[in-house]
Amino acid sequence: MELLSNLALGFGVAFSLENLAYCFAGVALGTLIGVLPGVGPLVTIAMLFPITFHLPAVPAIIMLAGIFYGAQYGGSTTSILVNLPGETASAVTCIDGYQMARQGRAGPALATAALASFFAGCVGTLLIALAGPTLGEWALKFGSAEYTSLMLMALVASAVMTQGDAVKGLAMVVLGLLIGVVGVDVNSGMARYSFGIPELVDGVGFTVVAVGLFAVAEIVANLESREPREVYTGKLTGLMPTARDLRDAAWPTVRGTALGACFGVLPGTGPALSSFATYMLEKKIARDPSRFGRGAIEGVAAPEAANNAAAQTAFIPMLTLGIPATATMALMLAALTLQGIATGPQVMLDKPDLFWGLIASMWIGNCLLVILNLPLVGLWVKLLTVPYRWLFPSIILFCCIGNYSVSNNPFDVYLCALIGVLGYVLVKLECEPAPLLLGYVLGPLLEENLRRALLIARGDPTVFFTRPISAAFMIATVVILVVMVAPAARGMRRGT
Amino acid sequence: MKPDLRNNRDWIAGLLFIVLGALATVLARDYPFGTTMRMGPGYFPTMLGGILLVFGATILLRGIRSGERVKGEWGVRPLAWITLSIVLFGFLLDRVGMVPATVVTLFAAAAAGREFRLKEVLLLAIVMTAFSVAVFSYGLKLPYPLVGSYY
Repeated sequence: MELLSNLALGFGVAFSLENLAYCFAGVALGTLIGVLPGVGPLVTIAMLFPITFHLPAVPAIIMLAGIFYGAQYGGSTTSILVNLPGETASAVTCIDGYQMARQGRAGPALATAALASFFAGCVGTLLIALAGPTLGEWALKFGSAEYTSLMLMALVASAVMTQGDAVKGLAMVVLGLLIGVVGVDVNSGMARYSFGIPELVDGVGFTVVAVGLFAVAEIVANLESREPREVYTGKLTGLMPTARDLRDAAWPTVRGTALGACFGVLPGTGPALSSFATYMLEKKIARDPSRFGRGAIEGVAAPEAANNAAAQTAFIPMLTLGIPATATMALMLAALTLQGIATGPQVMLDKPDLFWGLIASMWIGNCLLVILNLPLVGLWVKLLTVPYRWLFPSIILFCCIGNYSVSNNPFDVYLCALIGVLGYVLVKLECEPAPLLLGYVLGPLLEENLRRALLIARGDPTVFFTRPISAAFMIATVVILVVMVAPAARGMRRGT
Repeated sequence: MKPDLRNNRDWIAGLLFIVLGALATVLARDYPFGTTMRMGPGYFPTMLGGILLVFGATILLRGIRSGERVKGEWGVRPLAWITLSIVLFGFLLDRVGMVPATVVTLFAAAAAGREFRLKEVLLLAIVMTAFSVAVFSYGLKLPYPLVGSYY
């Protein structure tokens, strides 16, 4: 079996003492930061990325992945214990998780979340191992036209599926693409939008964009509005769920995993939508739907399983096609690129140690999460009581040091402040920043493929519709646009 | 009736996108445009600028129709302090060293909050500076002088 030998290679890489240590460090750091209220996985990755920047490629990506699911998991701890989710993906867990905590069942709620996440994480990892090579082989047939259409589809989907206005989402994508254009054009060697500033010739650094857009803008938005924060401060008694809890949570976990795994590979949907969808599903098929919202264990298990499964399967398009489906994956892609790794179907062939090592480390990371989190719950609870006025200056400081350390240049720090201001204004105007980040990361790739596709087709734009795979992506793009934008347009007409 | 445009959410957003789109298009005129077959460096950005203009105009018109206001206040004070704290870090690090830069940044950032308790911030500054020095200078061996100029 090829899969088995590949997995053996992967575990060989991941089980080296060094990589194991980085995986552990990533998971621990990710959980530590992700647990802090109001700090989601995106900010955590953006903030901690500079640490991994100085490592070789394999440990760096293993650590980043660890940070990612650590932060993801930390977020659910927060939403159970504090009635304020760190990110949209765990917003649904809040509903029943916090109610369970108030009924003195915080322990079982946390344990259920951990076990459901672990199950989903294992299934998700297995899916990557199974689907990755197949999808990768298929993607080897892709030409520039296919890539262009695929990226277009991913960008449009991410723009229209975020909460809020679809047109604003599209505008944010275009703005992101424009920021991606800044710097030297690879084909002509001409510096674009550099305003004569030498630092801009290399383009805008991705930590600068991510930290400015997510960390800085979000902190300012948090400071301007004082949200009442309810922290569950009762003592945690009895961590383990009862046999009945486990029975109740088992099927919702499986259903959540299945739904989440499907949503994860779709561009633009990601963990947030999947956890919401499973919650709705569980409520619909429950014998007694009125229990939901009052501490139903199914309402914790299903969305937690879903968002973790989605978080794992989101790696599939990023690793095999080089096309990130969510803003978080865009960050991972950018990190890989900075490490000098060209993502896409070639990764599996050129760097099997990286690909399979990462997959093995994901499984190890998920194990570590369970081992780390259940006994350390007490510590995380203590962290939740840290007041925000201590947290945000520290976050700002780490963002500054991180940004500076990437290229040892104060310019990046100034630019980050500027993007922070822009990000805050956009947040106030209710423009979602995630599509912008995706556009920024995909911008150079999209331009490159668009140019090449049209050069090969001798300037004939119908090439995107005459090649079957490309045409399928284009049709999907149009369908997404019509389905998502049409209701908005109708609503607008009614509004006048 | 004249629509009220003060603090109109989508009007401002639309205007912002229009300005950025126009800027992108105008600047891209300096770059050779090329043809669809052989695109020059100006082709892609010009296209994007144009699309952004269209989206901006759509959002702007929508704002005039709906008249929805920006929710909440503009947090000018926290924004100013946070921005200042970041800029100060960049400015101070290679001039006076990591320790002073860290302390100043923490103080300026803390000033953005609703409450500013001097003792607490002082303690926070001491703890975080020690932590940063330990992690970044000793742990990751970043080559910044703790106190003193880089040059």
